[in-house]
Amino acid sequence: MSTAVAIRGFRVGLRYSPWLLTWSAALALTLVLYLLKDIWPTAWQYPREWYIPLRFLISDFMKWLINDFDLGLFTFKEFTRSIAWLLNWPLATAQGFLSSGFKLVFGEQATVEIPRLSWIAVVALVAILGHYAKSWGLALLVGACFLYLAVFGRWDSAMVTLSSIIIVVPIGVALGLFVGIISFRSRRAAAIIMPILDLMQTVPVFAYLVPVLFLFGFGPVAAMIATIIYATPPMARCTVLSLGLVPAELVDFGRMAGCTRRQLLWRVQIPSARPTLMVGVNQVIMLSLNMVIIASMIGAGGLGFDVLSSLKRLDIGAGVEAGLAITLLAIALDRLSQAFVSRPPPKHQEVPRNFVRQHPHLTVAMILIVGTTLLGLLAQPLQAYPESLMITTGPFWTDLVSWININFFDQLDAVKSWLLLNLLIPFKRFLLALPWSAVVGLVALAGYQLGGLRLACIVGSLALFIAVTGNWEKSMISVYLCGISVVIASAIGLPIGIWAARRERVHKIVQVVIDTLQTLPSFVYLIPVVMLFRVGDFSAMIAIVAYALVPTIRYTDHGIRQVPAPLIEAAQAFGCTRRQILWRVQLPIALPEIMLGINQTIMMALAMLVITALVGTRDLGQEVYIALTKADTGRGVVAGVCVAFIAIIADRLISAWANRKKKELGLAT
Amino acid sequence: MRSKIKRLAVGAIAAAIMVSTSAMSGTPESKDPIILTIHDWTGQYITTHIMGRVLEEMGYNVKYQQADYIAQFAGLESGDLHVAMEMWETTGKQAMEESLKTGKTIDLGETGMLAIEEWWYPLYMKEKCPGLPDWKALNKCAKVFSTAETHPKGRYLGGPVTWAGFDDERAEALGLDFEVVHAGTDAALFAEVKSAYERKAPILAWIYTPHWAPIKFKGEWVNFPRYTDDCYNKPEWGMNKKMAYDCGKPRGWIKKVGWKAGNDKWPCAYQAVRNFKIDNQSMGEMIGKVDLEGNKVDGVVDDWLKTNKGTWKKWTQCS
Repeated sequence: MSTAVAIRGFRVGLRYSPWLLTWSAALALTLVLYLLKDIWPTAWQYPREWYIPLRFLISDFMKWLINDFDLGLFTFKEFTRSIAWLLNWPLATAQGFLSSGFKLVFGEQATVEIPRLSWIAVVALVAILGHYAKSWGLALLVGACFLYLAVFGRWDSAMVTLSSIIIVVPIGVALGLFVGIISFRSRRAAAIIMPILDLMQTVPVFAYLVPVLFLFGFGPVAAMIATIIYATPPMARCTVLSLGLVPAELVDFGRMAGCTRRQLLWRVQIPSARPTLMVGVNQVIMLSLNMVIIASMIGAGGLGFDVLSSLKRLDIGAGVEAGLAITLLAIALDRLSQAFVSRPPPKHQEVPRNFVRQHPHLTVAMILIVGTTLLGLLAQPLQAYPESLMITTGPFWTDLVSWININFFDQLDAVKSWLLLNLLIPFKRFLLALPWSAVVGLVALAGYQLGGLRLACIVGSLALFIAVTGNWEKSMISVYLCGISVVIASAIGLPIGIWAARRERVHKIVQVVIDTLQTLPSFVYLIPVVMLFRVGDFSAMIAIVAYALVPTIRYTDHGIRQVPAPLIEAAQAFGCTRRQILWRVQLPIALPEIMLGINQTIMMALAMLVITALVGTRDLGQEVYIALTKADTGRGVVAGVCVAFIAIIADRLISAWANRKKKELGLAT
Repeated sequence: MRSKIKRLAVGAIAAAIMVSTSAMSGTPESKDPIILTIHDWTGQYITTHIMGRVLEEMGYNVKYQQADYIAQFAGLESGDLHVAMEMWETTGKQAMEESLKTGKTIDLGETGMLAIEEWWYPLYMKEKCPGLPDWKALNKCAKVFSTAETHPKGRYLGGPVTWAGFDDERAEALGLDFEVVHAGTDAALFAEVKSAYERKAPILAWIYTPHWAPIKFKGEWVNFPRYTDDCYNKPEWGMNKKMAYDCGKPRGWIKKVGWKAGNDKWPCAYQAVRNFKIDNQSMGEMIGKVDLEGNKVDGVVDDWLKTNKGTWKKWTQCS
């Protein structure tokens, strides 16, 4: 056994010996550059005089855009403001129905107030939708989710959040679909659109909040636009992917049937691409709800505001309850949207006799809305859930954290100190000591080995950009924080993913846990973590790991499950044990997918940087956050782009590696 | 103010409708809503809602808009936002002065509250570090305040980097053996203070008032050499002749700021905002009622308005 490994290692070593040599030389050069740092400091630390003042250029450009850019008939700012004005209409309407009611003014004196939908009506409506889309079970689930909002006293805020979500999601989906179709049809457009999508997904939201506020004004609309920017890219990607997957025969058939290009798209390609498209819709919903906290920082209000303000006064319990409300809203909307996809097409045999029989759900819904609204005027509890019946588990959570704090702080502190002193701090010092020129070179070299000259140029110049704009040190701290977190997240996530893949019960439980982790705002657990581990890198790391763990688990689980059954049967026929099947068959074949999961974990870790800035890290996330509070457009955008570039470097290198691996395994097409 | 309310049921439509006729006291110059900004700390939420309610009593339409403390100046300049109730000398002076220079915003005077921000420790630390509150005692017990990462230096938990505050400079100028750790938000800052307070563990942190923390946690501010403008601007001032910042933090006003054009649009409303005055004591009590006793802001504001009718009625007088 050990000789076999040794021999294989030897062979590998021989085959790659030119690379081994190159890498040894490169690392030796790095060491030399480090040792020479006093003699030749510019190669070690990027000199300040060489900075390109990009952030000031961007800030000036922004000022010009807002104040002076004239499109002839109107200024640019007027243009963006009119978009904001347009978007405000649907939002105000949705808010009227769900949260504020309508107030119609007739002349000077008389105003007419139409109340909002009562809580009973809304809970019943989503339950009816659930039944219409799938089953009584779903009706019960989504109804219960919404009932939670009423019973735990989160109704008002939840309806504010919901009304912006139900406007954002259709706009995000439509926009994503549109962009996706364009890039599917034209390669040239795709070449421009794809990198923009990359940036939209990886530049932290805080970085573009300031320009959005300037252009679209303060208020919920600006928050909506930021949410749309953040939530649209997955939809566009899924559109491109799914249209590409439509079988060619089907398209040919459509052409033969005489479809125009438009008919072909809407009647053939999109319907048959629906399952993957719905994955995009699901992502838009999830990401919109992810944005709830950040959106509330610039005036969206709602549940995000509840979370923030309760944590401000360290009311951890209230924060947890408001956070869970966001999670439940996400789960309800997600399950509903999924149910609508897999809904069987309507049967057409029976000729309906009247409206009620034809539309039973719609009828019940109408009766409910009218009924509860009228009754609500007579009995207040039917309109708004009575305060006396609300319950809260708030004190429990607050006390729990205090109890852990008082009884276990010393033990936790000992573990933390050990890890900090022996792992985190040495690694941080190591990264900060690396010469910048060598790191840029090493990144380019890795690119060259994995993907050739083109990739080397791309990743090398992205790394160079970070140095040139003067963000090197902060980037290295970001890399350190994310690097360690990703390693830990993978170390925890891989075994759980494998375990879940092999046991159905575990799989079900894990699914619920990771769904919660992904939608529960990280701020909710960040504050208790700070109480137990103090302000600093360690708390930040825990928050990053908790959030970034999810994709590793998800993709590992999925990857192993996707291993073709005949392969496993064959292995069994050869007499492999379960352990052997795992290590020799399942893991190697699932490896590309697992790597994709780790890739996503890296993306999530980088996305969390901005949140961890809230507990006082000193990395790019902090830079973006400072820029936000100082309303410094250029500074935020440049630091945000640096985060994006780190993400893109990691993504390109890993994808190139995974592609090669796939080819080696004969999986690539 | 609604003098009568009658109900109508409009047959075919699903809604029942309320018609109210209203006779307003005072004469609002414009029915356009006055937009007050709200930030993310309770005190500001309360002052803003008191002001908003008073303006409504005067017959104005009022809207509350959440906005970032510093970023709001962009909105105040463009007229997206109209009145900000709390701009602290200690943290917002620079941003405010820059904005006033544009000529698009207007200083609406002090709120009457005094902002105090300083290095703070819980009372039980006096036993472990005799000599406090004098700052010179800090170096003697730096080890008491240390943690594994900062040992042998003490650990001082400062505010977010964006609050400025010059604590790194202060520690250096005064030769303090302390490492300054910046909390990213005040939620994180107070989370750590609470955690230490529950365990009666050493903590030295940046605390400010009006805020619930110094009400709930019994403690004291460190006595640094008193702040003067010269201390921050002239290195030769004070005990360290080579560095500035060898003194405590400034204590200062909390002001109201507004969109300038609004002064012509709603002169009486702006006058009322100018007249707004409240003191630390009553603010502290209200903040305590909300943050510590869990009362709702609206209720607390209601109570204040009821018991202080004489006070706020005077604000509304407009010639």
